[in-house]
Amino acid sequence: MKRKLEVSELIFKILSHVLLIAFAICCLYPFLYAISAAISGIDAVEGGQLVLLPKDLQFEAFANMFNNNMFWNSYTNTLFITFYGTLWSMGTSILGAYALSKKRLLFRKTFNFFLVFTMWFSAGLVPQYLNYLNTQAVFRTFGITDDKWLVVIAMGMAAMNIILLRNAFEGVPAEIEEAAIVDGATEFQVLSRVYIPMSKSTIATVALFFALSRWNGYFWARQMISNLNEHPLQVFIRLKLEEFQDPDIMTGWNEAYAADSVIFALIVCSIIPVLIIYPFIQKYFAKGVNMGGVKE
Amino acid sequence: MKMKADDYLVYDAGTGTYKEDAEQLVRDDVEKHYWLNIARTVAKDWRLYLMLVPMILIFLFWRYFPMYELLGCFKVEDSVLDVADQLYAGFAYFKQLFGGSTLSTTFWAAFRNTFLLSFYGLCFGFPMPIIVALFFNEIRSNILRSVIQVITYLPKFMSTVVMTSLVTMLVRQASPLAGMEMGVISRFLVQLGLITQEAGNAGMLNNPGFFRAIYQISGIWEGAGYDSIVFFAAIIAISPTSYEAAQIDGAGKMAQMKYVVLPSILSTIVIMLINRIGSLLNVGYEKVLLLYNPNTYVTADVVSTFAQRYGITDGLVGVASAAEMLNNVMGMILVIAANTIARKASDVSLY
Repeated sequence: MKRKLEVSELIFKILSHVLLIAFAICCLYPFLYAISAAISGIDAVEGGQLVLLPKDLQFEAFANMFNNNMFWNSYTNTLFITFYGTLWSMGTSILGAYALSKKRLLFRKTFNFFLVFTMWFSAGLVPQYLNYLNTQAVFRTFGITDDKWLVVIAMGMAAMNIILLRNAFEGVPAEIEEAAIVDGATEFQVLSRVYIPMSKSTIATVALFFALSRWNGYFWARQMISNLNEHPLQVFIRLKLEEFQDPDIMTGWNEAYAADSVIFALIVCSIIPVLIIYPFIQKYFAKGVNMGGVKE
Repeated sequence: MKMKADDYLVYDAGTGTYKEDAEQLVRDDVEKHYWLNIARTVAKDWRLYLMLVPMILIFLFWRYFPMYELLGCFKVEDSVLDVADQLYAGFAYFKQLFGGSTLSTTFWAAFRNTFLLSFYGLCFGFPMPIIVALFFNEIRSNILRSVIQVITYLPKFMSTVVMTSLVTMLVRQASPLAGMEMGVISRFLVQLGLITQEAGNAGMLNNPGFFRAIYQISGIWEGAGYDSIVFFAAIIAISPTSYEAAQIDGAGKMAQMKYVVLPSILSTIVIMLINRIGSLLNVGYEKVLLLYNPNTYVTADVVSTFAQRYGITDGLVGVASAAEMLNNVMGMILVIAANTIARKASDVSLY
């Protein structure tokens, strides 16, 4: 039997549909505008005629971007940092989380507190900065002059992610581990053949958290990477934006396309990889949020 | 476990005499060889402990060593010497922050802004995901709901730089010399009559009066969809029988909301709220840093950006660290208090 909707219910239903669709449009609009501004003519962009659809198509802003070596450089750097950074953070986190998930680990509580304390208290930007400078000096003495390695190795660790992994490992039944040990598996084999395959989805989620924060990382990369050629994409976008906010450059601008189009083109280029893989990964993030929300 | 004569002799009621306590001897033995036993256990299980090493080192080097650098707050600034070798200056930098200098005015303005940005976020940003989740629950079509969910989660995946660049471009100032109009959102707001033409032309990000609104609205734009996931998960976990029971009792839509949905997701709301209160002094400095400019320092400057400007850019390491330490210690107290309350109130703790 289908129940008839009451008036108040109907109003609420319609209202929620309308508002949600409006909100979705608001969420999407800046990106759509960015795409059309990137490919619209100078008059449309600067004269404020552009609302949503592109006008007087041009692709020179993109061409300008693609001909810029610095752009490709920064793109490669971002890929480098994301790949090695995720690998490094994941590797160390999985090992640490596995050890922490074992009840027989001595001083387990102390180690856990050691992690959790970093979520409560952070030394702050200035001490961190000084510390990174020291690290940089140490790296230099070892002959590592590429600051990308500093970003990869010293930054981006998150206690929360380790705790997510630890909780997942704790959920693996102890009998399976015992069976593996009886079969003669070493600790590392137990981890790689039993624990990792059995917590695949959490590992995927945490890896995505790490990868996204690496891809999006800006502040420390800007502070610590001195060589312009080693800047990641986010820093490149910001520097371009700051450059184009400069009134002198704006008045001296005499290209066939708007300066704004270049920024928008850059933004579009930087979000395209995320947009492409986003539909496939978003369910993992949704899962991660629910995992992180509450721990009994 | 201290050695006391009594510990070794126990009264034996059977024979009426005292005799040696065998267990105590074992306990003593264990105590004497405490570290040896630990070393034995670790050696037997060395692979497990080896696995901990990289993680511990990372946290030690890049989370705990900076805390050691915090000693700089109490020492005479000297860029040549290590923190350890500098002379103690006592609470000089803290006094500077509390004294009446211009620096202290700037600091307290920043402190106030930090609190206000979070507080407004709590007032306006916090209820939004709950409302969005309630709305999602009304959409019966799975396809439509999934599409809207995917779209509304999207902004969360953009970097702070992309997000702030978009905001900057969409509310940019007009520049008559270059023949440029103001940003599209500013234009839209002018047409709606929400801001004046002049304010739009001057650029909304240059106006301290707009900063907090821009910060909150962009925050909602970025997070409301994504943060609704937790609440939506709590809502769909409600058993349909609860609704049916309420309907049979004659509950309308609003009554169902009030008596079925809200009580069911209340624990989630409380946890998220406490979590939020705990991070009240912890503002995303990156976003502020990328959105503010000298014109808006009045309302936009937060403690982290204050520290970044004075400490990293101007090199006033001592004062800047002291400022952040003050903020972070208060923040930590808030987090711990919030977590304790959460544990007491609902048997769930965040960590």
